[in-house]
Amino acid sequence: MLTLHGRTVVPGAVEGEALVSHEPISGWGGIDPARGVIIERRHELYGVCFTGKILVFPSAKGSSGWAGFFQTTRLSGTAPIGMIVGRISAKSALGAVVTRVPAVTDLDADPCAVIATGDWVLIDNSTVEVTKR
Amino acid sequence: MFLTDEEKRMRDGAEGDAVAAAMDLLIRYGAALDARRLCDIRNVAGTMTQPSPVKARLVAEGGWDKAFAVINLDSDLDLTIPQMRVPTCQLQHGFGPDSVDIVPYPKANVELQDDAESFYGRHGVNILATCTPYQVGNLPLRGEHCAWMESSAVIYANSVLGARTNCEGIASTGAASLTGKIPCWGNHLEENRLGTHLISVEGFTVESFQDWGMLGYFAGGIAGEDHPVITGDISRPDLTELKHFGAAAATSGGVELYHIPGITPEAATFEAAFGSRNAVPEPVTYGPAERQAMYETLNEIGSSADVDFVLLGCPHASVDQIREAAALLDGKRLSPNTELWIMAPRALKVMADRSGYTQVIERAGGRVLADSCPAMSRAAPAGTKVFATDSAKQAHYLPAILGIEAWFGTLEECVAAAVTGRWNGGLR
Repeated sequence: MLTLHGRTVVPGAVEGEALVSHEPISGWGGIDPARGVIIERRHELYGVCFTGKILVFPSAKGSSGWAGFFQTTRLSGTAPIGMIVGRISAKSALGAVVTRVPAVTDLDADPCAVIATGDWVLIDNSTVEVTKR
Repeated sequence: MFLTDEEKRMRDGAEGDAVAAAMDLLIRYGAALDARRLCDIRNVAGTMTQPSPVKARLVAEGGWDKAFAVINLDSDLDLTIPQMRVPTCQLQHGFGPDSVDIVPYPKANVELQDDAESFYGRHGVNILATCTPYQVGNLPLRGEHCAWMESSAVIYANSVLGARTNCEGIASTGAASLTGKIPCWGNHLEENRLGTHLISVEGFTVESFQDWGMLGYFAGGIAGEDHPVITGDISRPDLTELKHFGAAAATSGGVELYHIPGITPEAATFEAAFGSRNAVPEPVTYGPAERQAMYETLNEIGSSADVDFVLLGCPHASVDQIREAAALLDGKRLSPNTELWIMAPRALKVMADRSGYTQVIERAGGRVLADSCPAMSRAAPAGTKVFATDSAKQAHYLPAILGIEAWFGTLEECVAAAVTGRWNGGLR
């Protein structure tokens, strides 16, 4: 098991399966909040659903609708259950706040490199425990 | 996060429940950013009136007060929304009543938005209804702290105007509008505004509208969320070219601030762009090969040359862009299989109407539409399979949003496609 330490973005604890994106994620124009699916054509996770997953991604990109779209996933029941963000920005910080899921950033290792899709992840405030699958 | 006495009073309810909820969101958001304090702002550009299924449901449940509480303040409380505390404008939103027979867009959305406009107008929101508030009178000064959404407007405000805003969201601008506060983080701080990446144009000159868009798309890919500095063989850009450049850089990456030494206000010189104490990074070359690669990337979704739809005005067109399109369409007639829409701020459409440009465009079979765009409203002419645009941003987004093919080219190529119904573009 791997333990990472970082900074709490949204406090709380949650565990679940990781979905790792190595590319930044767009909110508006990048996800379909009704289905919880990534829809950006050129994205490595095109067509993949993040509902119920711990979403691990390097950063947020694109439109300022980012947080609003992730808030809509919460209101539509399609949200991820946690977020691990490589580098926080206004978009992803507000996005995690309004999605109201535990979120963490500034980890002591690059989360997109050390966590793989399918790994079991526990977020406990500023700590992340990764069980490889 | 440090709070002033005034901010603590707001948090504790001295200004009412809605302001307290707004301050609660700003405190959660400031903690998420690790911000030290809030800063005072009196210029908010956000979105409240844009229809959505979730918003329609909330309005049906509890009126616009409920919709604002949930979406714009991220609050579950029953709140009565007061007047905006500081000047606040509505950015682009859905299509309005004058689009009803032109744009396939739900009438229920038009009605919901009409209702929203009267609610928010009564609460002091200026309904600018454009992604380019800086074209219609909201022109922050250099150094002015703002809370703006809309990535293409944020990058313009920071870079071209020298104002200071992060790329805010619906809830943070909502909270800012009721408090006049936003986390003092990121672009608000002087030390965070220097260049981080150097891009040098070599081997050809970036001077056309199309080339500025492709250079922006390249710069976003290189700089990500950081601050590219553009040098080398570039012409002196105008408002429309930097509008296109910035929108593209904010689309391919998350660029919110760039510098062009000698042109943008915080980079009077090359040295000022990076700060005197920092090493200048190794330049990344943008030459003919990189230009060709950008062109191909922006055109890789296009395969059929039968163009159903031509879209101009992303970000919303200037009067000059409308005039140029009108000049190319004068005396022409669109292909019966193709529609052409130009998106513009309503205030500038009035000027285009008055100048006779709209009439020329309509005589050819085209339209000048206000308030919205196909990406915001998820609406294109019925049956559209292939569209063409002069906007790198729209070529990036619309295929994902509407599931259609895209061609990216010049204004001249787009107008030719609208007239012939065929795409005949190519990099020249």
